[in-house]
Amino acid sequence: MTVASERLPAFGQAARRRPSLALVLDRESVFSWLMMALPLLFLAALVGYPFFYGILLSLQDRPVARVGTFVGLKNFITNFHDPIFWQVAINTFIYTGVATLLKMVGGLCLALAMNQHFRMKNLVRALLLLPFIVPTVLSTVAWLWMLDPAFSVVNRLLVALGWPKPGPSWLGNPTLAMVSIIVINTWRGLPFYGITLLAGLQTVPPELYEAATIDGAGGWQRFRFVTLPLLRPIILIVTLFSVIFTFADFQLVYVLTHGGPQNATNLFATYAFDIAMGAGQLGLGASIALAMLPALALLIVALTIYMRRE
Amino acid sequence: MVTGHGRLETIVRVWLPVAFFLVLALFPFYWMAITSLKPNAELYNKNVMPLIVHAPTLKHYVDLLTKSSFLLWTWNTMLVAVVATAISLVLGVMLAYPLARMRFAGAGLIAMTIAAIYLVPQPLLFIPLADVINRLGLGNTLTSVILTYPTMLVPFCAWLLLGYFKTVPKDLEEAARIDGASRLQTMRRIFLPLCTPGFISAGIFAFTLSQNEFLYALIFLTKTTVRTVPVGVIAELIRGDVFYWGQLMAGALLGSIPVALIYSFFVEHYVAGLTSGAVKA
Repeated sequence: MTVASERLPAFGQAARRRPSLALVLDRESVFSWLMMALPLLFLAALVGYPFFYGILLSLQDRPVARVGTFVGLKNFITNFHDPIFWQVAINTFIYTGVATLLKMVGGLCLALAMNQHFRMKNLVRALLLLPFIVPTVLSTVAWLWMLDPAFSVVNRLLVALGWPKPGPSWLGNPTLAMVSIIVINTWRGLPFYGITLLAGLQTVPPELYEAATIDGAGGWQRFRFVTLPLLRPIILIVTLFSVIFTFADFQLVYVLTHGGPQNATNLFATYAFDIAMGAGQLGLGASIALAMLPALALLIVALTIYMRRE
Repeated sequence: MVTGHGRLETIVRVWLPVAFFLVLALFPFYWMAITSLKPNAELYNKNVMPLIVHAPTLKHYVDLLTKSSFLLWTWNTMLVAVVATAISLVLGVMLAYPLARMRFAGAGLIAMTIAAIYLVPQPLLFIPLADVINRLGLGNTLTSVILTYPTMLVPFCAWLLLGYFKTVPKDLEEAARIDGASRLQTMRRIFLPLCTPGFISAGIFAFTLSQNEFLYALIFLTKTTVRTVPVGVIAELIRGDVFYWGQLMAGALLGSIPVALIYSFFVEHYVAGLTSGAVKA
């Protein structure tokens, strides 16, 4: 088109006044927005709309399969006076906090162990990642069986080592149930931390360690003053990621304890599910799910800004 | 003496911690495997040493494949994962390419929005989404999950591809533009063929996430015929208080194999994708 218009002056002038469709489409901004229109519409329809519709639902008394009535902040007030809601909030913070700490420390140990020279390293790395890639529900069922009240292999091993029979009731005791879901979440998430931090460790230039050694730094000092500061950005990003998804965890608890015993392991997501899907109170359920929003929004904004800054 | 000391030190410093992490990571899978091979008489007998199989049997696998709808669930899971991954890759490219290569007002805002959407966890959206799916009449259809999985996968693919696209040199595209190719032609014929490794990374992740998804499938799919493996196993192999542990473990193992297989072929791509977000900092 451009070639043709340059050859014919009359046509060229017309083109300059009203550029041809092909030329308009080739503009960076037009091309970009046209290209992005479909995915953006898709996300607006199935993420944006449900998000705001969820806020609307949380302001309604809305039994399932019936018309909702606007009740203002009544659902949030109900939650505020609901002792289970507060227990759920505390549970969620304990679960997220302890599991994140364990994954961070354990993942760092895993990365340091893997950052040595040994044979079959790639195979070992591949095997260590398995807990992270296998569908959570399926590996959690295996844990459910390993902690079975009657046939727990963990308890049978403990008893063989001298623990008094029949061994701890892992999922029946409120404290132990919380311990169990934290341990299993850690088991699943540890490889993500470990392998990501390992990749970070491998980018640390060996000269830095040599220089530190020449300056008289011991093993701990090299770790403390060379490794850790260089890993800090990676640790931060991995932790923020993992906190977001641990905070909103659903499947592990749903499979293992359904939030029990006596709500001892109920988290925001499982409690919202119970109220909305079990009891059919969509409005109240939506308000419980939205209670996660302030903490999540803070984390998401922090991480988004951090990712953009790179 | 010195070499003996060195070897001992290697064992303590290298293999002891590595072995610890390996046993921790793999024991549940080992337990899954041997449970699925034990006959019930052995499974529920407390007087037998539990860590090995004494009389292996494939009965649980036969029961799983003949008496439950496991094969159908596997088919559903595969179908959903493949279609959702394909949709997400296409839509992901449509977002990532302009963001990686074009300069236009609002690009920063869009990139930030996509990153934020990627980080929105499902439990925040599942209640309103359930209502939307119901009103669209999509309850108990695979379409419901094929439509909703990309809500997590598109931002994810877009973000991962955006990172990858930025590492591809611009020379070829510039040459194509000088030769008179339109932007669309340049993207489709010149640029995208260069990005296969990026597509493999994003594709494996999207596929794995689709296979792993549970919450939406649990809510949208309540009929046996449309269930995916995770939901089918949880909802139908755990019947009241009676557990069919042999079948359950057989199902958990078989359900894990597709992901594990694909992963084992592309483990380097997987690790590259996993670490690309974090390590560039």
